[in-house]
Amino acid sequence: MANKPFAITLKPGTSLANLTGSWRSARPVYLNRLPPCNNACPAGENIQGWLFHAESGDYEQAWRVLVRDNPLPAVMGRVCYHPCETSCNRGQLEEAVGINSVERFLGDEANKRGWKFDAPAESTGRKVLVVGAGPSGLSAAYHLARMGHKVEIHEAGPLAGGMMRFGIPKYRLPRDVLDAEVQRILDLGVTLKLNTKVEHIEQSMQDGAFDAAFLAVGAHIGKRAMIPAGDASHIVDAVSVLRSMEGEDKPMLGRKVVVYGGGNTAIDVARTVKRMGGEPLIVYRRTRDKAPAHDFEIEEALQEGVMIKWLSTIKQAGVGEITVERMELDEKGFPQPTGEFEKLEADSVVLALGQDVDLSLLNGVSDLEIKDGTVQVAPNMMTGHAGIFAGGDMVPSERTVTVGVGHGKKAARNIDAWLRDITYAPEPKHEIATFDKLNPWYYSDADKTVRPMLDMIRRQTSFDEVQGGLDETNALFEARRCLSCGNCFECDNCYGVCPDNAVIKLGPGKGFEFNYDYCKGCGICEAECPCGSIKMVPEDI
Amino acid sequence: MSFQPVKFYQTGTYTVGNRLLAPDARSVQAGELRSNSINSGHRACQGCGEALGARYAIDAAMAESNNQLIAVNATGCLEVFSTPYPESSWQVPWIHSLFGNAPAVATGVAAAMKVKGKTEVRVVAQGGDGGTTDIGFGCLSGMFERNDDVLYICYDNQAYMNTGVQRSSATPPTARTATTMPVGKEPGNVFGQGKNVPEIAMAHGIPYVATATVADLRDLEYKVRRAMKMHGARYIHIFVPCPLGWGSASHDTIKLARLAKETGMFPVFEAEHGEVTGVLKIRNKQPIEEYLKPQKRFAHLFGKHAHPEMVAHLQAIADRNIRKYGLLEEVKTP
Repeated sequence: MANKPFAITLKPGTSLANLTGSWRSARPVYLNRLPPCNNACPAGENIQGWLFHAESGDYEQAWRVLVRDNPLPAVMGRVCYHPCETSCNRGQLEEAVGINSVERFLGDEANKRGWKFDAPAESTGRKVLVVGAGPSGLSAAYHLARMGHKVEIHEAGPLAGGMMRFGIPKYRLPRDVLDAEVQRILDLGVTLKLNTKVEHIEQSMQDGAFDAAFLAVGAHIGKRAMIPAGDASHIVDAVSVLRSMEGEDKPMLGRKVVVYGGGNTAIDVARTVKRMGGEPLIVYRRTRDKAPAHDFEIEEALQEGVMIKWLSTIKQAGVGEITVERMELDEKGFPQPTGEFEKLEADSVVLALGQDVDLSLLNGVSDLEIKDGTVQVAPNMMTGHAGIFAGGDMVPSERTVTVGVGHGKKAARNIDAWLRDITYAPEPKHEIATFDKLNPWYYSDADKTVRPMLDMIRRQTSFDEVQGGLDETNALFEARRCLSCGNCFECDNCYGVCPDNAVIKLGPGKGFEFNYDYCKGCGICEAECPCGSIKMVPEDI
Repeated sequence: MSFQPVKFYQTGTYTVGNRLLAPDARSVQAGELRSNSINSGHRACQGCGEALGARYAIDAAMAESNNQLIAVNATGCLEVFSTPYPESSWQVPWIHSLFGNAPAVATGVAAAMKVKGKTEVRVVAQGGDGGTTDIGFGCLSGMFERNDDVLYICYDNQAYMNTGVQRSSATPPTARTATTMPVGKEPGNVFGQGKNVPEIAMAHGIPYVATATVADLRDLEYKVRRAMKMHGARYIHIFVPCPLGWGSASHDTIKLARLAKETGMFPVFEAEHGEVTGVLKIRNKQPIEEYLKPQKRFAHLFGKHAHPEMVAHLQAIADRNIRKYGLLEEVKTP
């Protein structure tokens, strides 16, 4: 008492002695949620992860994170149908982030600056045969090579790329872009044998002493339809037309070309015909909204002057003309004939009705299951025959480049595990960062950057690339539109909004930590976290 | 308005900080070295808007005054929960006045500093809405009229909260408190003229008057720093939701402050020498129901015995604020 100032009976103290954390009935915890873009990506890219680096302008690091999952960003940025953007949470604010344009920018930067992949891991001494140098085969070869395996690709065609070269027209994918990305994979030490058709897989594996094989031969046989036709009528399939565009002899189709089908291949052929000076007419039995082609491709085709006749089937093909029947959709949405016929001018008919797989290399292989013309694979991408894996268009799936790339990656991981005699167990997926987990208030309004389109007259007359890319300034802008769903981007909100100073800032790149001694569990940090990276968990009381 | 949000996509300036912003463009609250003027362990309720607003404001004042700051505190929640004897949460020189005389005490502190020649030491007085708009009102008006060199900050949670939610002259119409009609034809606080202290402060012609909410940290920090750059009597009125007194969820504190601004119920503006110089525009206008429904003090306006006419009356008040202060962006005519 005597030592204290007048009227003071207790020593002054700090409120830090009062551990208000004991009031809490729920505690906030930091977590990562799975961004919807990552969840939607058929190639399993960590999109939010690479955009994070692009946001700070570190494009090389962004590219390096990207190619951990997908070695073909410049191709992807042109031909992928970007389901990531369809599922992007920003789409519920104004428009989805232009993920595809940023990916293309990163891929083009890598080509321009000559970035190389990280060196492969130490050699395992194991040998894997990859059959087919399409997206799936290239992807598998890339991942296997980086894991340290010796990879040899046997490709039946004269050049690598598969459908990326012999299916997708140049105006969508310039060949120098494709060549650069293929070469970068080969630079990892992958052997590519062109004009090497595998006739019998077990024989080829034995001859080359391969420990495992990944088959990705694609689907290159155009489906035929029974159309009564005169001897002189000119009917070809879409795959051969697109393939011959890559060779010396361009296809002779005449002026009036009817393309039969409503998928992306039909659109590709029609736009190719337009560019060669022909007058393409697409005939499809159902309506535009039922067509399997992506709507933006239909739109671009229409802009370029491609004519489309919906609700029609070809009944007969004659010389210089075809007969079509008008169809009607029944209540289930299936087309039904009406008995109304019409004659149309047609110098040739191109069938774009889907493709079949040439499975002859599997003849005699035991324990395989073939269904509907495709090879059945287990969830680990292995066929019924041990050591033979398959992916891409030859297994049941959606037939896109991106799905093929995803198959290649998945197969590579499982082949690696199989060679090591272990089971590949992917990490369990985080819960999805749905829009309701976000607090969109904190994101300022920013409209999507529109990519430039080629002049119409050049689109109609040349094979120049239709869609342009972003430059550095607008690529950065576009990357920064990312909401970083489910993953902390260090906005300091939790640190700022806590009324109890119970959030500790650990410094750049290190994130934050809760101080549970003082956290009262009010939940403001969770409510005000823009990206949904905090969760309230009930305390055991 | 002089407060210009930095055009910065993905995060804008709506978040507290950002890893990509230049350090000098970051908020005080984003800094690891912020002064944490009111420290952990205080006894405010979960989700207290006042504890948050006080740290925002005093940290900003500390940053602007180079940590040469003395805070005077009127009686009220802020004083009660931060300084139960002998503990204190304050990490600034801090003095507790009576309920009603904080402006006068602050005037005295400022005068003492002047006499001692410590011109670098700045003085802030703070109180709740009861201590400011009711009990301390005479002293406050005197401080304004003499243009004493004090920044007075009012944390407005619209009632006397620490004594048990009694009505103050800042309580909005229809809000239920312990001392308003619990039942009857028109339960809750009555519709009246209210007491708009920011406008009364402006009528004194003092150098600076501003309003702010805990939902717009950057705007709040800008205003405190702007006020601290000036001398003479200055007044900032900060809107701080009270989960206990309003019957709202503790995690909705900032959301309610945001809605008060976005509905037009609480106009956010600044004024110099009696003239409005800037307003914080509404970004995404919301109907008044969005603001009212999460609060139990307005629950009698909805449900079985709803009072749509009272809701309409409150909406009219919000609309009047929007017109009066020009809170909506003008629609550009091409």
